[in-house]
Amino acid sequence: MTLATPAVAVEKFSGAYESLAAGSSDVPEWLKAVRQQGWATFSELGLPTKRRGNELWKYTNLQPLAAADFAYIVGGLVTVDQIKAAGPWDDAWNTIVVVDGKFSAELSNLHDTVGLDAGSLAEAISSGKGDIESQLASLAGREEYAFTALSTAFIEDGAYIAIADGTELEQPIQVVFVTSDDAESRASYPRMVVDAGANTSIVLIETYLNLSDSAQFSAPVGELFAGDQSTIRHYRVQIENESSFHLGTTRVRQLADSNFTSTSFAVGASIARNDVHTLLDAPGATCTLHGLYMTSGSQQQDQEISTTHAKPGCSSNQFYKGILSGKSHAVFSGKVVVMRDAQKSDATQKDLNLLLSRGAEIDAKPSLEIYADDVTVAHGATAGHVDKDTLFYLQSRGVDEETAKAILVRGFAEEMLNEFEPKALNDFVERITDERIPILLAESDTIGTA
Amino acid sequence: MLEINNLHASVVDIENSEILNGINLKVGKGEVHAIMGPNGSGKSTLANVLMGRPDYLVTDGDVTLEGESILELRPDQRAHLGMFLAFQYPAEIPGVRPWQFLKAALDSKAESRGEDKMSVRNFSKLFDEKVEAVGINPNLVKRSLNEGFSGGEKKRNEMLQLEVLQPALAILDETDSGLDVDALRIVAEGVNSMRSPERSFIVVTHYQRLLNYITPDVVHILVKGKIVKTGGADLALEVEKDGYQEYLEAAGANA
Repeated sequence: MTLATPAVAVEKFSGAYESLAAGSSDVPEWLKAVRQQGWATFSELGLPTKRRGNELWKYTNLQPLAAADFAYIVGGLVTVDQIKAAGPWDDAWNTIVVVDGKFSAELSNLHDTVGLDAGSLAEAISSGKGDIESQLASLAGREEYAFTALSTAFIEDGAYIAIADGTELEQPIQVVFVTSDDAESRASYPRMVVDAGANTSIVLIETYLNLSDSAQFSAPVGELFAGDQSTIRHYRVQIENESSFHLGTTRVRQLADSNFTSTSFAVGASIARNDVHTLLDAPGATCTLHGLYMTSGSQQQDQEISTTHAKPGCSSNQFYKGILSGKSHAVFSGKVVVMRDAQKSDATQKDLNLLLSRGAEIDAKPSLEIYADDVTVAHGATAGHVDKDTLFYLQSRGVDEETAKAILVRGFAEEMLNEFEPKALNDFVERITDERIPILLAESDTIGTA
Repeated sequence: MLEINNLHASVVDIENSEILNGINLKVGKGEVHAIMGPNGSGKSTLANVLMGRPDYLVTDGDVTLEGESILELRPDQRAHLGMFLAFQYPAEIPGVRPWQFLKAALDSKAESRGEDKMSVRNFSKLFDEKVEAVGINPNLVKRSLNEGFSGGEKKRNEMLQLEVLQPALAILDETDSGLDVDALRIVAEGVNSMRSPERSFIVVTHYQRLLNYITPDVVHILVKGKIVKTGGADLALEVEKDGYQEYLEAAGANA
């Protein structure tokens, strides 16, 4: 690939990369090669720009990220109480805590659970656990995508979760990715590898939060391997501070009759992207990708959602909802690719948005690429305002306008919030939503005008 | 209780769109008034203007409740004074449960009057009683407000709200439209059971049918935005027999 323009901001990261490469004598050779490959790709690509032809970044201006500086320091001081106060928590869950990209045994809350191996990715790498060598950076890293390449160049630590064949776990496994409470602006590249064996069933919660108010940059990457007939119920909660940059990637490879269901709750960061790709790589695999995003102020929140139907008889469903206010901007870019062999595929895509202000903008772009002939697909996207007849209905019952608006906005979010099943998680996303709604409404100027 | 004097109203932002052309009406405490009229006569508009729907602009006249003008009040403030509108087409509100919404309505009312909010436990008890009284399927009220409800279920839900909110003046806007006889009877029973010397009703309807079950004290015929005739309950039967033709002709001749 040749680029007409020079790669942007590569030098910003090169010093950190060089010192990481120089100081990693104890790292296995294969990982060194993976990192080098990541760096080579990133240094060729640089940070994405809105240049012509760059379809993936057409609506997203990363200039503020390119202009900022971040220190690469792994690990920091955080207490369990801080994490419990800032994010969802249940003592019954197995929780892995990753601080500034580094696994913390002290903060993690891991129970002896038969069939579950959960802990540090660095340790999994050094001891060569399972298929780590072939899995790590296999779904995300060798592709030509700047942030996965950058993350791959900096692979050090994160979370490793392996579930033995036939294991069904009722209690969720949570991975908390937290940046520590100091004034420093840091870059972190935590990785997560989840290896769910055949006939397994798990609930997985990924939580991204930071404890400081200063701008943080994180490019986390999760790679999930769903074995034959496995069921993964996945949740992703992103509530980083509104100065931060969150460029997250999730890559899932699904085997026969596996079921991956994911619900995202994305309300944080200054610029955030939730990039999810599911590969339906064997017959009978199904995936459901849902999410709720809420933006205010000048936030940018992207959902970059794609599914590849590679084999016959798979089904996929993408359904996202957005609530936008202020001068915020959201992008829903949903893509479904149905390969030539993937007959009897079934795919749906939907993105519904509630715009609370004239200054808010949504770019919704559902798209289908179909190479097979026997498929069932449907897609759609809408953007609307709060309905004035509905508002009048509530007011006529004595509900004041502010409360009526809040009820309607909450009602719009409700079906996504209901998907968060673990009690502590559900309580958490409901509380954050209830805290956000007054902020969204304070920046609203379109209600009753639709 | 309610007094309407020379009320003129038009559609907001549309010139020469006058729908109400000088309505005069007095509804005393405990009275049931029926407002009948052909399609397009303005009867639904009247019901909505009384409740303060922002789509309409009052261009002349006044409406007073217990002697105080209400035209400057917001719909929620009118509700706090005891007014209620049962909608012809109740809004479907996804994600909002009737329970939650009615609690918010009662809380707002209590707040506006400087009273204590009802406890969740007491409200639940009241709500369950009313659900049973109205005969609405208890599973239905656990779902989103009106979403996926049949026409009859929506109207029953309006009756549930009427029962919970206990207004002093209830306006029913063509509550009978789209109802089968059984549903009609339920609505009528709801209204009849709530009739009291302290509560007034304005029942807006196209057909006399509903008035077989709810006997009004006064019947008004509304044609082209004006009340052209007022009488007792038997006036409704006359209209049923002879239709609105003679009133339309008379109004046309006057125009």
